[in-house]
This record gives sequence, C-alpha cells and structure tokens, in this order.
Amino acid sequence: MDNFTYAAPRTLGEAYALLANGQSTTFLAGGTDVIVQLREARKHCDQLIDLKHIPELMSLTLRSDGSLAIGAAMPCAEIYENAEATRAFPALIDVATLIGGIQIQGRASLGGNLCNASPAGDSACALAVQGARLLIGSSSGEREIVVEDLFAGPGENTLKPGEILVQIMIPAQPANSGARYIRFIPRNEMDIAVASAGARITLAPGGDTIESAKIAIGAVAPTPLVVEEAGAALEGQAPGEEAFARAGQLAADAARPITDMRGSAAQRKHLSSVLTRRALEGALSRAKEAR
Amino acid sequence: MTSAEKPDFKVVGTRPIRPDGVEKVTGRARYGADTHPPGLAYAQILRSPHAHARIVSVDLSEAEKSPGVLAVATHSDLPAAEDKTEAVGEGAVNIKELSELILASEKVLFAGHGIAAVAAQTQNQADDAVAKIKVEYELLPAVLDVRDAMRDDAPILDESRRTKELGGETSDRPSNIASHSQFAAGDVEAGFAEADLIVERAFTTKMVHQGYIEPHSSTAMWNPDDTIAVWTSTQGPFAVRSQVAEILRRSLGSIRVTPMEIGGGFGGKMTIYLDAIAAVLSRKIGRPVKMSMSRRDVFEASGPTSGTAIRMKMGVKDGKITAAEASLTYEAGAFAGSSVGAGAMCMLAPYSIENIKLDTYDVVVNKPKTAAYRAPGAPAAAFASEQVIDEITKQLDVDPLQFRLQNSSREGTKMVTGMVFPTIGHEECVQAALDSPHYKTPIEGPNRGRGVASGFWFNGGMQSSVAASVNPDGSVNLTEGSPDIGGTRASLSMQLAESLGVSYEDIRPAVVDTDSIGHNDVTGGSRTTFASGLAVYEAGQAVVGQMKERAAKLWSVEADDVVYEEGVLKCLKDSTKEMTFKEMAAQSARTGGPIVGQASLNARGVGAAFATHIVDVEVDPDTGKTEILRYTAVQDAGKAVHPSYVEGQIQGGVAQGVGWALNEEYFYDEEGQLLNSSFLDYRMPTTLDLPMIDTIVLEVPNPGHPYGVRGVGEVPIIPPLAAVANAVADATGQRFTDLPMSPRRVVETLQELD
Amino acid sequence: MARTHVVTTINGSETEFLAEPRESLLSVLRETLGLTGAKEGCNNGNCGACNVLFNGRLVNACCVLAVEAQEASITTAEGIANGAGLHPVQQAFLEEAALQCGICTPGFIVAAVALLGKEPDADEQRIRAYLAGNLCRCTGYDKIIRAVQKAGEKMQQGASA
Repeated sequence: MDNFTYAAPRTLGEAYALLANGQSTTFLAGGTDVIVQLREARKHCDQLIDLKHIPELMSLTLRSDGSLAIGAAMPCAEIYENAEATRAFPALIDVATLIGGIQIQGRASLGGNLCNASPAGDSACALAVQGARLLIGSSSGEREIVVEDLFAGPGENTLKPGEILVQIMIPAQPANSGARYIRFIPRNEMDIAVASAGARITLAPGGDTIESAKIAIGAVAPTPLVVEEAGAALEGQAPGEEAFARAGQLAADAARPITDMRGSAAQRKHLSSVLTRRALEGALSRAKEAR
Repeated sequence: MTSAEKPDFKVVGTRPIRPDGVEKVTGRARYGADTHPPGLAYAQILRSPHAHARIVSVDLSEAEKSPGVLAVATHSDLPAAEDKTEAVGEGAVNIKELSELILASEKVLFAGHGIAAVAAQTQNQADDAVAKIKVEYELLPAVLDVRDAMRDDAPILDESRRTKELGGETSDRPSNIASHSQFAAGDVEAGFAEADLIVERAFTTKMVHQGYIEPHSSTAMWNPDDTIAVWTSTQGPFAVRSQVAEILRRSLGSIRVTPMEIGGGFGGKMTIYLDAIAAVLSRKIGRPVKMSMSRRDVFEASGPTSGTAIRMKMGVKDGKITAAEASLTYEAGAFAGSSVGAGAMCMLAPYSIENIKLDTYDVVVNKPKTAAYRAPGAPAAAFASEQVIDEITKQLDVDPLQFRLQNSSREGTKMVTGMVFPTIGHEECVQAALDSPHYKTPIEGPNRGRGVASGFWFNGGMQSSVAASVNPDGSVNLTEGSPDIGGTRASLSMQLAESLGVSYEDIRPAVVDTDSIGHNDVTGGSRTTFASGLAVYEAGQAVVGQMKERAAKLWSVEADDVVYEEGVLKCLKDSTKEMTFKEMAAQSARTGGPIVGQASLNARGVGAAFATHIVDVEVDPDTGKTEILRYTAVQDAGKAVHPSYVEGQIQGGVAQGVGWALNEEYFYDEEGQLLNSSFLDYRMPTTLDLPMIDTIVLEVPNPGHPYGVRGVGEVPIIPPLAAVANAVADATGQRFTDLPMSPRRVVETLQELD
Repeated sequence: MARTHVVTTINGSETEFLAEPRESLLSVLRETLGLTGAKEGCNNGNCGACNVLFNGRLVNACCVLAVEAQEASITTAEGIANGAGLHPVQQAFLEEAALQCGICTPGFIVAAVALLGKEPDADEQRIRAYLAGNLCRCTGYDKIIRAVQKAGEKMQQGASA
C-alpha cells in the first residue's frame, strides 16, 4: 500500500489548489472501494484528497423546478433517508439501497460509484435513464455532461486532471413516467451485478401507449450502455409483454459482454433481455402509480 | 425438538448460557490475532503468483534494507525435515511435505505457496518489504483438474512420486496419483446381474473452503533458554506443538502452545501454516513475532477441501439396492492426502447393501494442499450416491424416503469397512422426516421442487484429558484442552455438573495451554462433546469416589457404606449422617487436601451420526437462481447435551452445505490463478440467502456414552448438496450433476445458452 | 511518512493517537489502542466483523482511514454494554445461543444495536436485510435473527414500561 499523504480540504478552492501541486492524486469519498483498491495495490497515489468536508459535495437539494442535486460525496444512506428524494426519484432509491450492505451505504457515494467507472457499477444505468447530468468543476470553471459520457472504459472515467465531480443533477421526471433499476446477483446481497438494467417509461396522456422510453444496461460492455434502439422501439407501442420482450431482445443484441468469474458472456446477454423486460415492468407500474 | 423418552437428567438437556458468552458478546474475548505481547513485531510472507514454477533465485537484499525490517527467512532457515508421517488432527501429515508447504525450497506448487518471510516493526513495513523481494521463476505447466492430473501426459508435480497401488505395489513411473485404494464387499457383478434397474452417473464438485471468518494468526516467542511460546488460533494446540517440534526439530517439552479463542475452523485450523516460521523469525530478533493471513491468503494458502470427480453405479431389484459401484477421485492439492477414503467409507453407510466396490484415487494438482472440512470427503460422495438413489426412486415412481427406509442400515448392518453397526438412528431419521410437518405439506407452485437426502458420519473418539478441581466453596474448576469452537465449554461443564450432581453454574471451565493438561487431540471429528465429555464424566466420578472415601473416614465406616445421591453424601449405616457436596468441599483441607478428579482416555464407544434432510426450492428459469424456500434437518444426536447448540450445529452445517450446492467454488483461470479469493466473489450464504432452518433432533442413545451422546457437528453438512440437487431436479426436470448449481450453470442449461 | 495526530472520541472517552494516513481505523483500534473487539475477517468491507458506529452510522472500520476519525465519535463493540449491564442485544445473543465461535458476534451486535436503536420493531425480513453485510459461517443465521427479534421485543417493552 502506498504511503500517501492525506488532505481534507474545506472548500472546492482548496481542493483545486491541492490538485495543482504536482502530486498524483486519488479522491476519497466513502472509501469503500478506493481504500480497498489502494490496500491491494490496484491503485496508487501520492496524495489522497478527502472530499467529504466540502459543502457542495455533501449536500442534497430538491430544487423548486423539481430537480435534485446530489453532492458527489453524499453517502447513499443520506440519500435514501431523505423522504422527498425517495418520493420523487424511486429509481434513485433502487440504487442507493442496492449498493453494498448497510455498513457500505453509510459511506459509499454515488460520485465514487460513478467515478470508479466499473462496467458493473449500479448507479450509472439508473441515473442515465432518468436523464441525470454531472456537474464537473476545476480551477478554470465548471462544465456539465450527461452521466453516460463519464465512462471511458473499465475503471476509466473522462475527468481531466484538475477536475472534480461536484454534483449529480437529476431533472424533474416527466409526467406519467416511471423508472426502475434492477440487477442480477447470484446471492441476495454482497455481490457485484452480473448484469443490470435501468428503464424509464413515459406514458402518453391516455395511458395506453408509450410516449417515450429510455433503457440502459450494465455489466455487459466496457461501459454502461444506453440502448437507444430499445427505447425507440417502444415509442407508440402499447406497454406490455410483447413490446417489452422486443425491447429486451434489442438490449441483448446491443450487449457485448465478456466471460469472467462473475458470469459468462452467454449468461449476460440472456440476462440483458430478462432484466430489461423486468425493469420495464417495474417502470410501467411506477408510471401507472404516478398517474 | 422431539425425544422419545426423557431419561432423568438434571443438567444434560437444558439450555444454560455458555460460560464464555459474556466475553464474546462484549468484544473482550481474545482470538488469534488479538495477541499483543510486549515488543511485538509483525511478519508477512511472500507468496508465489504462479501455480507451478521452479524457483531460480530469491533476492532478499532490497527487502532487508526496507524501513523497519528486522529479519528475513526462507526455507533454508528451517532444519532439514524428516521424511516421515505424523498423526495430526483427523489425518496424518508427512513432515517433509509440511516443511515444503510452509515455505517452498525449489519449486512452488500452487499460487499462494509461501517463499520467504519478513519481520518488521509494523505490519505495513513488513508488507512493504515483502513487495521488494525479487524472485526469478522458471514457469512450468500447471495442472488444475483432477481428471487432467491423472492423464499420462500431465505435468508432474513431484518427479519422485509413485502411485501406491492396491496391495502395496507402487507404479514404475512418476505420477500425480498418490494412491489408489479399494473398499469392497460381496460380489458387485452378481449384484448388478440380479438388478432390474441400473442407474449410472458421473458427478463433479469444485474445491471449496471452510470459510471461517477468522483468518489464521499465530504469534511466537523463541526465548533465550530455547523454549518456544506459541499463541495461536487452532483446533489442536497439541497438534500444533507436535508439528512445530517436528519442523523445528525441538523437543515437545520445550514448546508451549496457548490456544486463543478460535474464530471457526471446520477442520481447517490444524496445520501449522504460520507458527514455525513465526518462531524462526522470533529467534532471529529476540522478540515475539505475529503472523496473520489476509483473507486472500486464507483462500489461496490454507487448506480448502478437494474438488472431486465421482462415477456412481447402482442396481435395484424390487425396491432393494442389489449392488453399488463407484470410483472416487479427489484432489489432494499440492501434496498427497485428500479425504477420499473417508468419503468412500461414508458414501453408502446409511444403506444395507451386500455388494459394493468403491475405488478411490488421491491425486495431486497445482492447488493448495487440502485440509479437513466438516465431515471430510463425505458431502461430495453423498452428492453422488444420494442423487443416484433419487433418480432410481423417480424412475420407480416410489417415495424417496420410503425407499431409503426400506434400504436403511440398522443395528447389525455391516459397513463396507467390515464394521458392524451397534444401535444407530438412520431409520428413525427417515421415519421422522416422513412424519414431519414439512414432508406432510405438499409443495405447490411453478418452478418449485422438493428434495431429500441422508448422510452418515463416523464421529471421532481419540484422546482427551481433563481435571476437575473442587474449590472450598463447592465450585469446580474444569481444566480441559479442547479449544471451544461452538459451545463445548458449556457442553462439558454440563456433563461434569451432571456427573457430580451439582449445578451448572458451579462449574468453571478453562481451556488451557499445552503445559497445563495432558494431551488432547483436536477439536474435530465431532469428538469433543462425546470424548472429552466421557473424560469429564469420569473425572466427576473420580471426585465422587474421593468424597465418598473421605466421608467414610469422617464417619468411621467403609467407603462402600457411603453413597452419593443428588449432590449429597449419605451413610448407609447411619441415616443421620449426611453431607452435601459443598459441605464436603469445605472440609477438603482437613480431610487430605484438595479434591481433584482426573481422567485421561482414548475414547471408545463412538456412536455414529445419521441425518436426513428435506428442502424445498424455487428455481427462476429466466435467471437460473435457486431460492431455498423451506429446510428441515432431522438428526440423531444420541443425547442433545445442550439442545440449542445441537440445533446451531445442524443449522450451520446446512448453511455451509447450501452454499456448497449453489454458489461456492474455487474459480481458477487456466494458468492456475484463483480469481475469487475474497468474500465478495467466494459466495457464502448471507442472511438473505437462507430461510429459518427447522431442526428435528432425535435421541437414539449411544450405548458407548453414559448419557448417550453422539457427535453432532459434522453430519449436517453431508445431505444438503444432494438434497438441494434433488430439489432442483424436481423443480426443473433437469438433473445437475456438477457443482455448484450456480445461476450461471442453471440458466445456461435450462435456456440452452452456448 | 509523517504520522498524523488524531483526537477523537471512542466509547465516550476522548482518545488521541498517531497514525500514518494509510492506516485503517480497524488497524489503529486493534493494534494501537488495544480495542480488539472489532475483528478483521476480510479487510475489504465484505464481512462486517469490524463493524463500529462512526458518528452514529454503521461502518466497516477496515474501510475507514484512521485519520478520518479526527473529531469523530466512535462506538466499538466494547462500548455497547452500559456500565456493568449487558445491552438487550447482548443478553439475547446469550440466551438464544446466537453465537458459536463468536468471531462475527461483535460485528453483528454493533449492527443489531444500530438497527434496533432506530427500529426496535424491525421484522424478520428487515433484520435479515440490515444484517446482510455481516457474514457468519457457524450458525446459518437462524438463532442470530431470533436473538435480534427477541432483543427488539425487550427494547419495545422497556420503552413502553
């Protein structure tokens, strides 16, 4: 394990200054992944910057326009303990309650989960289907990207040197919509997704056709995949088994999985279809509830 | 909990709080790694990243210069080991191979094999220094699968190894097959000729780990007078003492092993992976040295149990098994010595079968040396035999429990080993399963199924030594040498209280070091509550005998004129003369000094254990995931000394068996790297993976124990593998003959994925 | 590497220690402070044996750096019992025989105390979900779940009495 230094800046400005000191840096939020990675020498750094003392990264704000801004270092437990967030963004809560056990959720953050850029990370698909955007800061200003653009490859994100993921912003969800995230794990806890799927359905005002849909699948490609064609295929369709099966098949077609100790390529492709269908069913029932 | 007749016990059969409980619930009990003697240094071992390689060179120079480093050690720091076999725990170990296992000399035989050790001021410094050791390897092809290892063209782990064949011959050329044995009875050809249905199947199981939550940890101090103190988490402090003595070529008397509390063992904590090397480093620096395995080390470098390949053939006529034939091939790991023999002997023990032939093969592969794991060898064997029986009952369309009842072993049945069963409880187990609320409730719903299976374990006797010292206030110190893994302080104290006719709360048990009590064999083989219990009973009777003699003297009568009933000494000659246990205890100083009863024995009269399990599952055909809906385990405990801990042993065995059936496996890549050496990816059941586990504890007394006790710890892990497989077959119509029945395997099979 | 001076509160007492930034809270509790009630089962957040309460939240001490404990408040297994008396969860573990080897027990107890402190009426499913990050290899969990249920009942009775 590297013998790194530790700094806990109190402001974004202090953090940006530390990033300019020439040291190789790793960020610490909940630490549930990064401390283990450093210990097992899967990650190396000269300095570890603890982001949990920066107010912007530790806030949870439901704005008047119905959008939600989540500090990138906020632990999952503080998200799902927030009653308003829970009510407005059930698919976010799917994720916050799925990541690790209780003792992980008290520390692990969505920002950390995203920046780890694991293809099997749980937050990306759920956030992508809800249209989440990321606020990225640096000493030279701020920029925004859609969540799916954070991913460059397994373990690689698109943050540039000097940048920090500050907030995750989920827009107010459309009327008559519902979103759901599910994953498949061999046990019922303490596992990494073998495959996962997020789906959002927006129903037409009458409720008997799908106005639009967005589908994302995880752990089946080097990065989380938004499957545009699966979403498009649902537009104008009656929600139900037939349409969902077709979308599931399109998701499976888009999947490019590998075989490893957590699952086989064939299993993952198959699960992409199954999970997409099930996520759509869950999204549909939430959309109906919302009506 | 059901029991036919309740003999009149006062303490045995009750559920008191365990004596060591308060320390364990308050976090104050001290386990292996909780040792912290003054001046402690920390050590780490460099382990091979390769499964099979020649060590060309080891360069320690950078490591020696690393900050905080105090000493380094390699295999050459161990004395030349003798090529001889010593009994350790439940099995035997070759001392030369043990020495090679601790640190490799010329060749590494598995990924994780130790090469060099470093002691430093802090653990981090030891870890840093180990990373600076440079080793040059000449890579050799690795062989990982037991069937591949048996091929003529397989890479050979040890060029000097020859197969020990039947009848004592040895092969004429090097082989990975360490030995081939056979257990046979009757005439199998005739038995199959007679059969009107024959089922033959091949099965495989993967290497799995005991999964104890506490990693191995040992601390050693080599004193200036050449005595060695070891504090360790072990099932057998005396076994550790003898192994350390052999490896370091010191006398037994110079070594004191203190057993710390032990955080699970299940057979895996008997080999000295760390103790001797910690002692060697301690000698170099004159300070105590602590060595702890990481979780990854535990998976890669301790002793899991064998992966297996088993072929089983069984014939039946008119509902009776006429013949059974099997070949059992077990991975021994890097060195010889798997549990295949025990597996074969247990495989068909629940049934009365005249014609049996079982061939066993012990095979080395480039994986860690296997160790005992709860009923070693038997679960994989039962996975094969109990599924073949299930398939027979399905083909015959008969009730699987009725079939087992009809073919059951009973008193007088001869095992394949030639041993004749005394009173045993298999028929009772099957009958209780038939009568259980679980079995009487039909299973309904799509994708659901029910399976049953039986299992047998010998149970162990072996050596125990205890002392019961009566204090002047009538409390009794129970000094014992069996590490308490699951409540044996309670179960032994209860038997002593019963033997003495005093209350449980008056017994103060202590598990002591190897200087402080006679030899005790390991806590293993389901032997402690039985065998140490027998010793405890006898020590209690010795105390009673001494008290009677002293009372006789006080009352000027013959010892025969004194009786001891329910805690009171009574004079048969004079009914006015009575003394309670406590009154006599108070008189000990003036009647001859402290009253101490001792007993040492090599226990005979072991009572075998049988179990029959019922499980309901639901299989999701879209994901291949199996949920356990309901589980009932029936077991004959002989006499449940502390029923709660008997139930707990059964529930724990079921949980391990379910994990083995569904998800647990050593997952290697082609080069022999273990890819899932963490609790994240080695998938043991969590709270959400199991329902409540119902137990039905039967009490068919063991005639070889005064209270009827049989060992209970091991047999409950035997039936679950097959029971779950039988249930999955019932649910899906598909028989799974390879473990684990992971979602991947099940979904690939059911959905016919490539 | 220079060590950092950390001032924190452990089991109600102000405590100081020096730690390298890379040292885990678990390592400092166990090796520096002698508080060995938190056990190392995996050292990567997968077993719960090192559970402590960190500013009131249940965490794995192996996944917290010791330097993060600056000005924090920590409760370890040793701090669960109140003075001479056992916590109802500890008492229930004893009465229900909810431990065998006992190595996972402190972690389970800290977790169960965290749950029942907020939800003494937690049902079996909720208890199972809350304790799913704690591995036990001996018991099959049955008696652990029952002990937590029993402790919850006792705590509710205590609260209403």
